[in-house]
Amino acid sequence: MSLIGAPVRRLEDARLLTGHGRFVADIVLPRMLHAAFLRSPHAHARIHHLDLGRARAAPGVSACLGGQDLKPLARPIRAESRMKGYHATDFPPLAVGKVRYAGEAVAAVVGESRYAAEDAVELIDVGWEPLAVVGSVEAAAREGSPLLHEEAGTNVLLARAFVQGDAEAALSTAAVVVGDRFRFHRHAGVTMENRACLADWDAGGGVLTLWSSTQVPGLLRDALAELLDVPAHRVRVVAPDVGGGFGVKSALYPEEVTVCALARLLGRPVKWVGDRREDLLTSTQAWDELIDARLGLAADGTLSALSARVLADVGAYSVHPWTASIEVIQVISFLPGPYRLPHYRGEAQGVATNKAPMGPYRGVGRPVSTFVTEALLDRAARRLGMDPVELRLKNLVRPDEFPYRSPSGVVWDGGSFVESLERARELAGYAQAREEQRRARERKRWLGIGVAVYVELTGVGSAIPASPGAAINTGTEGATVRVDPGGTVTATFGVACHGQGHETTLAQVVAAEVGTRLEDVRVIEGDTAASPTGTGTYASRTAVIAGGAAMLASRAVKEKALRIAAHQLEASVEDLALEDGRASVRGGAGRSVTLREIAAAAYAGAKRLPQGMEPGLEATRFYDPYFGTASNASHVAVVEVDVETCAVTLRRFVVVEDCGRIINPLIVEGQAIGGVAQGVGAALLEEVVYDGDGQLLTGTLMDYLVPTASEVPAIEVHHLERPSPTTLGGFKGVGEGGTIGAPAAVANAIADALAPLGVEITELPVTPERLFRLVHCSGAREPAKTVGGLSQTRDERDA
Amino acid sequence: MTVRLTVNGVRHEGRCEPRKLLVDFLREDLGLTGTHVGCEHGICGACTILVNGEAARSCIMFAVQADGAALTTVEGLMRDGKLHPLQEAFREHHGLQCGFCTPGMLLTALDFLRTNPAPTEAEIREGVSAVLCRCTGYHGIIKAVEAAAAQLRTP
Repeated sequence: MSLIGAPVRRLEDARLLTGHGRFVADIVLPRMLHAAFLRSPHAHARIHHLDLGRARAAPGVSACLGGQDLKPLARPIRAESRMKGYHATDFPPLAVGKVRYAGEAVAAVVGESRYAAEDAVELIDVGWEPLAVVGSVEAAAREGSPLLHEEAGTNVLLARAFVQGDAEAALSTAAVVVGDRFRFHRHAGVTMENRACLADWDAGGGVLTLWSSTQVPGLLRDALAELLDVPAHRVRVVAPDVGGGFGVKSALYPEEVTVCALARLLGRPVKWVGDRREDLLTSTQAWDELIDARLGLAADGTLSALSARVLADVGAYSVHPWTASIEVIQVISFLPGPYRLPHYRGEAQGVATNKAPMGPYRGVGRPVSTFVTEALLDRAARRLGMDPVELRLKNLVRPDEFPYRSPSGVVWDGGSFVESLERARELAGYAQAREEQRRARERKRWLGIGVAVYVELTGVGSAIPASPGAAINTGTEGATVRVDPGGTVTATFGVACHGQGHETTLAQVVAAEVGTRLEDVRVIEGDTAASPTGTGTYASRTAVIAGGAAMLASRAVKEKALRIAAHQLEASVEDLALEDGRASVRGGAGRSVTLREIAAAAYAGAKRLPQGMEPGLEATRFYDPYFGTASNASHVAVVEVDVETCAVTLRRFVVVEDCGRIINPLIVEGQAIGGVAQGVGAALLEEVVYDGDGQLLTGTLMDYLVPTASEVPAIEVHHLERPSPTTLGGFKGVGEGGTIGAPAAVANAIADALAPLGVEITELPVTPERLFRLVHCSGAREPAKTVGGLSQTRDERDA
Repeated sequence: MTVRLTVNGVRHEGRCEPRKLLVDFLREDLGLTGTHVGCEHGICGACTILVNGEAARSCIMFAVQADGAALTTVEGLMRDGKLHPLQEAFREHHGLQCGFCTPGMLLTALDFLRTNPAPTEAEIREGVSAVLCRCTGYHGIIKAVEAAAAQLRTP
């Protein structure tokens, strides 16, 4: 059996299971100091004075810096973009002049221990002048609103639209139009390892090394070189074991810049390990969008037009390199979903408020777009009296229509949209579930079946920037495959791992393509000094792009190895096969050489090599899939809603996914299930809440609810495995999909369960409180109880 | 203050401030970095260890409170150079991804199986709900604990 596709047990597990993982907090350097940050208690305030004197004099303190002190040491972070309608703004690593969200770093203290540094933080005296807090996007977007960034002249940091055809005209003639205002509330990624970083300045060589809990060591290396004015070849960024990323660790953070500047200033290593409060206050958050959307259909259910306006709360700062546009532009890019849609208009505005910055999080925009489009489809099906699965099947892009250009310009290279839904319907026992639902309703038990179909662009190549107009290329990755004289293989990559098992999957690809044993391949990644130039791991790209680069480099090595073997065996290259680390002559009665013997010759010089061959046995190759490839899935959720307690129980969750050719089914299943679990959390539990003063009310894990094993259902995953027609190896990305489909499927299942009561789901998460209001206070047909004045009625909302 | 305790069968003596958290003492003073800090308020469970045989959160205990205690951390699970059946089951069933919650999850599961050697799936879910995992959706963890329970019951 080929190694590609084999359920190989993970090679990284042994160290992680025995306490031998090496996370940033575990690294200890000689003479290391510890940083702690003073964080703003205000969401919006001017800093009148900052008195650091007592903190600097505290025992065990080496330095204490404010924003003005840091200015000469590091430039402000600034996320640039060529996108029209975007205003770039400064994000100083330590606040200068004013703060724009509660938790923003104001000063840094460096001490002999974190305890000493935190003690000294308490001694800093700040004179604050609180400013009017900009809390809601609607208020922030209005003329005359207080501004967060005076330099921009507006809080609307970006505006963009995608238009195909004439959506308004088509809606005015459509037989059926369904529409509503949707809201997906603010979300936090909550990696179990908080962000952490450790900087070391080697004064002798002028070399800066940063160990960081990051997904993007390559992006950080380039950014830090720029901001700190150190040549890039003297900046090394290492991502060691990283305890989860989910997009949250894919931006450059102020603390990373600050510890580097401090290490250089002090000539000693400086470490910062964020605590959970800092994580919930300052790590990038997600979603938080208001979407006004209308969908038009012909009487037979054929989609004609979709029109949407999306207002996104992007928080206080634009993060590097993604900018404040990353989330909301993805919403309008992917609202058309996997459907044929002649007319589309999607408008987006990103509005700054006094909250933590918005950034990429698993699914980026598509959990929101899928929620909206799939909810509208279910509503249309109810209106038309059609089965929701049939309505979708009628409109999904069919196999003979690929490549299909979506209304926002994304090209779907292929996929199994129809097949995945048909399969999911069958595996979920859809017909039986409908029958069970009917019987349950007679007994006043509310069962619901929710379907969501999505397609995502993965392994995005250079033709489409991962973030529109951002000043970086995210479309390529490199791999170096090196056979040492002992015949074992080291493969290095610019990508970085935070739980996906690259040390196993990329080793599978390399071993299969070189033709050697898995145990003879070691993968090194997440270290800019060790790897070819790359950016990191995000946007479901590693299997496609790093996997492709691994194939190219491995094939180059194999080709050379075979030429050397042919020389050694006095055979023709065409007659040789390299498998399990041995090159044999086909039908050659056991004539063979090992990869070790080939490698020994490769480094032994010209006399043991074919004439004119350069010594050595290694190759570096880069891969760019150019457009990227479509990964798709269908999710079916079956829920039961208890209208008295407003508890939602997930009875079944079925996923039929197509991530192309599978490298390791264990890992694919783990990614799919983990993604669904995060989507279930987003649908039912997780919400970042700020009060009217911009104070975070969900600053602990008692307030921000991450699903436990009791809340996540058993999730059934089935693979279609239709290879990508465009990527090397046929791989497609799988890291994010679960989180894209699950919120929509759960929301639709709840709405389906409560359809007899006239309840629609327009807001996520559907917390018990929201559900209570919908069932009992919003004019639901039954079993509504009169609880006055708590919520607007459905009629008002629909108006 | 002086703290004397036994960790994974080895006796240690150290001096620390009364306010030093037990997890910081283990990680910084004893160099046992396998125990992780995830929230410092007793919710996520990443720092779970065994204190005198029972699961406890080392982020909400002071080191001085563990004076005289016998502790087990993830570093103490292997026997004779081999993975503990629970560790082996986590590898077999893909019960970890990033590995950050894993030490706390293993110690929690060990304590759970001590009190309930033949649990149902629902009981396992409740048992490990004391530890948050953000990567796996718990699927592999549940399967691993089920498999380890069967293995540990076999004499």
